[in-house]
Amino acid sequence: MNTELIFEKSTPGQNHYIIPKWHGETCSNIPEKYIRKEVNLPDCSEPEVVRHYNNLSRMNFGVDNGMYPLGSCTMKYNPKINERIAGGKGFSSLHPLSGSDCAKGALKIMYELTEYLCRITGFTGFTLAPAAGSHGELTGVMIIKKYFESIGETRSTILIPDSAHGTNPASVAMCGFKVREVPSTSEGDVDFDKFLKLLDGDVAAMMLTSPNTLGLFDRNLLKIADALHKNGSLFYGDGANLNATVGRARFHDMGFDLMHINLHKTFSTPHGGGGPGSGPLGAAEHLVKFLPVPLVKKNGDSYSPVYDMPDSIGRIHSFQGNFAICLRAWVYISMLGYEGLREISDTAVLNANYLMSQLKDIFYLPVNRVCMHEFVLSDKGLAGGVTTNDIGKRILDYGFHSPTVYFPLLIHGAMMIEPTETETLSSLDHFVDIMKKIKQECEENPGIVLGAPHNTPVKRVDTVLAAKNPVLVWADDIG
Amino acid sequence: MVNDMSFTGLSPADRKKMCDTIGISSIDELFRDIPSQLHMSNIDGFPGPLSEIEIERLALGVESEIRQFIKTFLGAGAYNHYVPPVVDEISSRSEFYTSYTPYQPEVSQGTLAAIFEFQTMMSRLCGMDLTNASMYDGATSMAEAAMMAVRTNGLNKVLISRGVHPNYRKVLDTYAWAAGFEVEEIPLDNGVTDINKFREYFTSDISAVIVQNPNFFGLIEDLELFAEVISESSVVLIAVVAEAMSLGMLRGPGEVGADVVCGEIQSFGNPLNFGGPYAGYISTKKEFMRRIPGRLVGQTLDSDGNRVYTLTLQTREQHIRREKATSNICTNEGLIALRTAVYLSLIGVKLKELAELNHKAACYLHGRLRESGIETVHQNMPFFNEFIIKPSNCESVKSEFTKHGINPGLDISKLYPEYEGCILICATEMITKDDADEYVRIIGGCR
Repeated sequence: MNTELIFEKSTPGQNHYIIPKWHGETCSNIPEKYIRKEVNLPDCSEPEVVRHYNNLSRMNFGVDNGMYPLGSCTMKYNPKINERIAGGKGFSSLHPLSGSDCAKGALKIMYELTEYLCRITGFTGFTLAPAAGSHGELTGVMIIKKYFESIGETRSTILIPDSAHGTNPASVAMCGFKVREVPSTSEGDVDFDKFLKLLDGDVAAMMLTSPNTLGLFDRNLLKIADALHKNGSLFYGDGANLNATVGRARFHDMGFDLMHINLHKTFSTPHGGGGPGSGPLGAAEHLVKFLPVPLVKKNGDSYSPVYDMPDSIGRIHSFQGNFAICLRAWVYISMLGYEGLREISDTAVLNANYLMSQLKDIFYLPVNRVCMHEFVLSDKGLAGGVTTNDIGKRILDYGFHSPTVYFPLLIHGAMMIEPTETETLSSLDHFVDIMKKIKQECEENPGIVLGAPHNTPVKRVDTVLAAKNPVLVWADDIG
Repeated sequence: MVNDMSFTGLSPADRKKMCDTIGISSIDELFRDIPSQLHMSNIDGFPGPLSEIEIERLALGVESEIRQFIKTFLGAGAYNHYVPPVVDEISSRSEFYTSYTPYQPEVSQGTLAAIFEFQTMMSRLCGMDLTNASMYDGATSMAEAAMMAVRTNGLNKVLISRGVHPNYRKVLDTYAWAAGFEVEEIPLDNGVTDINKFREYFTSDISAVIVQNPNFFGLIEDLELFAEVISESSVVLIAVVAEAMSLGMLRGPGEVGADVVCGEIQSFGNPLNFGGPYAGYISTKKEFMRRIPGRLVGQTLDSDGNRVYTLTLQTREQHIRREKATSNICTNEGLIALRTAVYLSLIGVKLKELAELNHKAACYLHGRLRESGIETVHQNMPFFNEFIIKPSNCESVKSEFTKHGINPGLDISKLYPEYEGCILICATEMITKDDADEYVRIIGGCR
């Protein structure tokens, strides 16, 4: 079945949406040459629009439909109370340029969330302005640049492990730094000796995801931090995997100078089909003055945004970030409290280790040691010419989302599995059962895996064709 | 085992069973790789735990510390438009909001089709060939558009009109400093970008020129004049649209010579939310297809030969290209793009009428204020739904209106010292004739 578009349901004259009449004298001052001739948008009735999008939603798989073990993305349950509170008229109708006297409740939320994030991570300040993790990273790299400018040093290199997310090197490049890649050992830690060889006077910083993208806590972390600081370099922590250590250990104590947090991962705000997220950036005391404007300060019982920060990198967002996402995270943190946060990491790590213990005899586990909140399997030894991509597609047939595939890059045919803390033991066991079944299918009937998926709303999608012959907008003659 | 509010799903017996299976006696053993000196067991003065009932009570208390206006005339880059219930209803379908980036297209056709529709509708409104799947917000979309221009023609200087939203210009300054290109401001003449100054500044090292339309003061800029100056050169003309509603009434910037359109789509079905989440976009010509930052959804076939949608041209992106990517952007603002697609489907062909209602309301208010003796700055310059006035006493205006539960607009003295004592007023479809008349009455009493 074709995926239908709203344009195909459009019939001239079907739209009966009423726009209010203007009851005053009518005037216009815009010359004709600026005026649009026609609006080429769908012409549909309201019921048709609602049916169309409801039916589209049924072709989607979300966390509320089933287990979504997409590694590195922390697809945990999104509490509904977050949505109700964020939908409140007071918050949702507040204009971003409202003065402190009107916006007190919102500024209070921003101030308190900042405080909570500082306490959770050990940092001195946080900006809530970054709209996503990658935006937080970019802001962090800007601060690294600003820091060296402020002390009058020129350093042009940033070290990044080969296991890093692609956003790390891309953020570095956007700020004019060069990337030097640090290899990992076969046990998944940064190769400390090779790291030391790469560490010279040109190194401004190192960016490290903790735990790393193999789901491992780097056993050399403190030594790395120490060596960087002795070299005058900064240490940036990518907090994408904070779900593993929240409430258990703090990034600042690990030796990081900066970190970003993905509120849509650790702090339960919805992923929205790819955003909106939020990527607050935390800074150690000596770097707080470089954070983007505005920060929020508290004075007695009042709160106000601070713009007077002469060393700040400046502004990085139209206004003050994705406030309504920050609000959801505030709700979540306030509700869970410290013990609840700790239960997140305890349970996420327990679930991942349990799942790993059940799967490592079925699929190849390249690094066999205690994992944190996720682990990575590889395609080694798969029978019947089956690849990681095929396994991912076959998993969809059994009502689960696929793991993250082909990442991290240093593992061949990687399958990165992150169950999160919100899965029950029976759903983990169910996942193990279907993975066993798929493994058996590879051996006995590989065709069914190679041709997967079979039970999804559409069959295997030809992504090569999409890139070869790009069609990026609808035209009536392309159907 | 703790029993506080949490969303975990394990019973104590499950935990015990799992620990036994793994071969550990306590969960603590799983954290053995974290050096012991890093372990913590409490945070002083941390909030919670709270039940759902208690957190709702607490949040309502905080929400009550927000002053809600009965009427607002505040715009300036974030607009009080009506959000139809259909938009909220659809975007609260959890199949949409609890999914992630559609990496597995076979179970993501909902998100993919909606974004493809979004790309199509925005391209049509902008008069362009293609649009990306959304970006963080208006300001960052503009900064990314400038970076795309610099990357494309290899030139190092970007000209930007002083009529561009001040916050957008600040964001561009930050990005330009980081990326190492130069930014120069083109001054204004009677509220619009000074075309003669632009001709003067137009040298061979210019990569792009950025003009906002309607500009920060609500005035219409003549983009064709800029396109004529640029003519056949490789300079990229970037049009920023901070008030998307204007696209319903004004010709798409692509039709009048812009090479790139970027901006903010908050106006299309998204609440004010104290500044976010909103979403930006870049809409452009085919020639920029492989240079555009952000996700793109494309049409293709599935193995049964049916027409389906998928993320495409990913070799531009960070997860493949790493430091050679067109941007570091990863997640976009998918749910906001979905809301926009739903909004534009519902309002559809009536968007022009709705945009005209905005213009009528603003025009009426402008005329009445002028009749009543209030100074309206920039006489006879066309505007969309915003304009500037200079009341005799700007300070008393704010307090007087606040008494009536009305937000009178933005005092722009600090943003534009040359407009000392001026207020930027916005009238959307939420403003009636009576509201406009009341505005005139109240301001008449401010002395």
